[in-house]
Amino acid sequence: MSWYTAHILTIITFLPLLGAVVIAFLGRERTASIRWVALLLSLLTFLISVCLYWRFDPQRAGMQFSEFVPWMIIPPVNYHLGVDGLSSLMVLLTAFLTPLCVLLSWNSITSRSKEFFMFLLVLETGSLGVFVSLDLLLFFGFWEVMLIPMYFLIGIWGHERRVYAAIKFVLFTMVGSSLMLVGIIFLYNLTGSFDFPRVLDHLAGLSVMSPQAERWLFLAFFIAFAIKVPLFPFHTWLPDAHVEAPSAGSVILAGVLLKMGTYGMLRFCLPLFPGASREFAPVVCVLAIVGIIYGALVAMVQPDLKKLVAYSSVAHMGFCVLGIFVFQPEAMEGAIYQIFSHGVSTGALFMLVGMLYERRHTRLISEFGGLATSVPVYSTFFLIVTLSSLGLPLLNGFVGEFLIIVGSFHAQAAYAAFAAAGVVLAAVYLLWMYQRVFYGEITNDKNRALPDCDFREKLILAVVVIVIIAMGVYPQPFLRRMDGTVNSLILRIERHSTVITDRRELGVGNRKLGVEAGYPIPHSQSPTPTPPQPTAHCLLPASSPGGGR
Amino acid sequence: MITLQSLDMMRILPEIVLSVFAVFIMVLEPFVGDAHKKLLGWTALLGVLVAGVSITQLSSRPWPGMGSAFGGAVAADEFSSYFILLFLFVSALVILGSMDYLERDHEQHGEFYALVLLGTVGMCFMAASTDLIMIFLGLEISSIATYVLAGYRRGDRLSNEASLKYFLLGSFATAFFLYGIAFVYGLTGTTNLLGASARLGTAAEWTAFARFALILMFVGLAFKLSTAPFQIWAPDVYQGAPAPVTAFLSVGPKAAAFAVLLRVFLGSFSSASAFTFWVLWISAALTMCVGNLGALWQSNVKRLLAYSSIAHAGYVLVGVTAGGSRGISAVMYYLVAYALMNVGAFILIAYLAGAGERLVQVDDYKGLASTRPVVAACLAVLLLSLAGFPATAGFLGKFYLFRAAIHSHLIGLTILALLNSVVSVFYYFKIIVAMYIQEGKTETSEAAVPWPVRAALAICVAGVFYLGLAPNTFVGLSTLATMPLLK
Repeated sequence: MSWYTAHILTIITFLPLLGAVVIAFLGRERTASIRWVALLLSLLTFLISVCLYWRFDPQRAGMQFSEFVPWMIIPPVNYHLGVDGLSSLMVLLTAFLTPLCVLLSWNSITSRSKEFFMFLLVLETGSLGVFVSLDLLLFFGFWEVMLIPMYFLIGIWGHERRVYAAIKFVLFTMVGSSLMLVGIIFLYNLTGSFDFPRVLDHLAGLSVMSPQAERWLFLAFFIAFAIKVPLFPFHTWLPDAHVEAPSAGSVILAGVLLKMGTYGMLRFCLPLFPGASREFAPVVCVLAIVGIIYGALVAMVQPDLKKLVAYSSVAHMGFCVLGIFVFQPEAMEGAIYQIFSHGVSTGALFMLVGMLYERRHTRLISEFGGLATSVPVYSTFFLIVTLSSLGLPLLNGFVGEFLIIVGSFHAQAAYAAFAAAGVVLAAVYLLWMYQRVFYGEITNDKNRALPDCDFREKLILAVVVIVIIAMGVYPQPFLRRMDGTVNSLILRIERHSTVITDRRELGVGNRKLGVEAGYPIPHSQSPTPTPPQPTAHCLLPASSPGGGR
Repeated sequence: MITLQSLDMMRILPEIVLSVFAVFIMVLEPFVGDAHKKLLGWTALLGVLVAGVSITQLSSRPWPGMGSAFGGAVAADEFSSYFILLFLFVSALVILGSMDYLERDHEQHGEFYALVLLGTVGMCFMAASTDLIMIFLGLEISSIATYVLAGYRRGDRLSNEASLKYFLLGSFATAFFLYGIAFVYGLTGTTNLLGASARLGTAAEWTAFARFALILMFVGLAFKLSTAPFQIWAPDVYQGAPAPVTAFLSVGPKAAAFAVLLRVFLGSFSSASAFTFWVLWISAALTMCVGNLGALWQSNVKRLLAYSSIAHAGYVLVGVTAGGSRGISAVMYYLVAYALMNVGAFILIAYLAGAGERLVQVDDYKGLASTRPVVAACLAVLLLSLAGFPATAGFLGKFYLFRAAIHSHLIGLTILALLNSVVSVFYYFKIIVAMYIQEGKTETSEAAVPWPVRAALAICVAGVFYLGLAPNTFVGLSTLATMPLLK
């Protein structure tokens, strides 16, 4: 294996940081070179991550491109990186959005652009680090460190209430993550390791953790991620952060940072605590559905375009969480697909709103009307992105939502019914918004002479729209790469409930005996999965894994 | 009983070196012209260096440097060496940070450095003593030096107030400590820790009197630790004292008191741990909350950091409560991390305050990032480390403390501590917001950063990252240093 392939994850993760260091040495007044360095480095990162995704072997379950370097002795933190079907997609998404954000901020950031691009690149390194770390403490480190550049992006270049929004964002996240840190240390004391695969191995022995402890640990991790997603009762920081952030900040926030929540659930909550995940699944699903409906209803009445998009994020992320917690292979794949496609479409919506704001310095829907005649190119792009966000077939949003609804129908028809209602509501608020902003007569004279998209903006939007259409028409390359990961996850959860069932049938009270009787939990996909038995313990009727599409 | 052997002298060599240099500086003072007073500072620094070299030389060999001296009154062991090195390090940083400060404020006198050295001698004795009377002497030596230092800006009312307050409350607290010693002596007939703990016996044999003695000693130490409810003096004193002295006060005596706490409560009198556990638990919880909540409302940077250092004492107490080798080594690691970030921050504040310490409000830091990007970045790193962000010493330090706490099943206390550190993010970010986000009048001291301050800052910032990213060496050292206590 060449040096390049062996260290591809390190290269991807730290290239942006290298860019930030280079920018640090450039003079404050050399704005042009600062922008170009930022653009080139983030583009290079994107190209390498495309290579990574291309080379990713869909046939193999488990981690690929692993890197392992021993680091600290106490705590035994190791520099352990690796990607599977889930994280490689997240890496691709992050690397895709950052160069677009650099382009988006090309002219709009006028003050202190040096710091802006530095923070943007540091943020990219932090986010990539979160997705590729396989060491719990390393993961936590990236997770926390990433808050600092985001804090500054909102706090320095945001709008009027930026300081309040920035600190609210940081404090919300930190409350969650400090609980997670307790959970991580507890797990470490239990298993003696921070290495994620090793912790997973340890926990496979059922005797390690009492159900009580598992429940608390699940909650410690889950709340941290739920705040990030954000799941319904924890969402209040999101509208503030989104509205106050500069456009690029909103794009990264919606496109990358929210994804860390769902990523964390898939990566840590489900495989580490399969029992507790099953136990809490009904509650989580209901919260997700409440989020879908609530987000849609609140979005409908927003007078501010950006707030509308922010609340639509709450609804869309509700779909992702629902897809994860119904434990159906197709729903889970749909959720992962939706995570990616939400990043692209909502990111694009924020870009579009940002472009409009640059022209008019307002985002109030009532200020607009009839824009389709004054800025036709812009309106067309906006329409395509809106349609993708509301889930029109042949565009990216449809694939994920469809899979999620199909999957949740298998699990619980009521979930599917409510989620489908959410899709309808999405159409209502998005189309109504589009109609008010773009159709009809031009009522406000300021809107008559608006300049249409320039080359830079067309470039950004064209790239996004191509991706939107490609993902809608031909999702297979993406879905194929998740198969292994999703199946082994589902299997792990279902196996867990099988073990408990068998143990109960045998009348074995002691958890230890269950392990000795030979029911280890598989870490990778086994060729013939045993169909799980529905029990009172697992509240969801389970279908055989892999039988989805 | 006491025979003055050369071996005994060798085992307190660092203290002797420091005292000799302190006296030498005072003798030298009248002979040095006003223009060359800085020379005294360099002499003091040399003294610290010589003391540091002597202790590393002595403790690197098993003989003759290590062992008990003066009939069991003082012990030169891994534990004391670790702490003495920490004190020497802190006083070196403080001397580096104060030379130009004193010059700027026209307060350049030899006593300052002599007092810093003598204060350090007292702290060294606190860490090295194995006899309660010796501990008390060390406490008094360091206290008296620091009382004077706190009032060093004679023309400043706040500084005078600080000194008087510190002196009155401090002597009251040491009286408590002495009273506790008297009780122990009355019960056991000895002040030697080894003898006393042997006579006090197992957990079941602890009488109410013995417990009362322990409480009295804890109160005396709690004052130095500035743990709630004995923290009232700290904000006033830290605010009033000259900023480099505050750097010294907030780290040195605190670390020394922790050394005593570890040696007496977790080492010698560990048989009473079932009883001391709750005392420590309650005071840890209270101290964290009082410190962090108090800091939220502060607009004076020195006062804000004073409350923050109260909170940090609370975090360290979590480690003391956890106990065991994990707890003790976590405490020792954290104290080094805390020394780096707090001394660094106060030295920066001393520099930024300008002549007469005028600019010490959070608002005075507005726009600092645009006018002085490097200084602002250094302060931001130190503050982020205090807040406990990963990749800094503050994170790993807290990590070790909480790991020990969770290992001892103190989950509730750990969650409380973590929520407290979330609260702390709010006020640390207040300073960062002022520096980076708010546009300011930027009336900062225009003087270029003097290079001793630069050196001290570079050491602090590099140390913060070193301890945060490559902790192996220091974890090894701090684990080694717990050995004498757990024998």
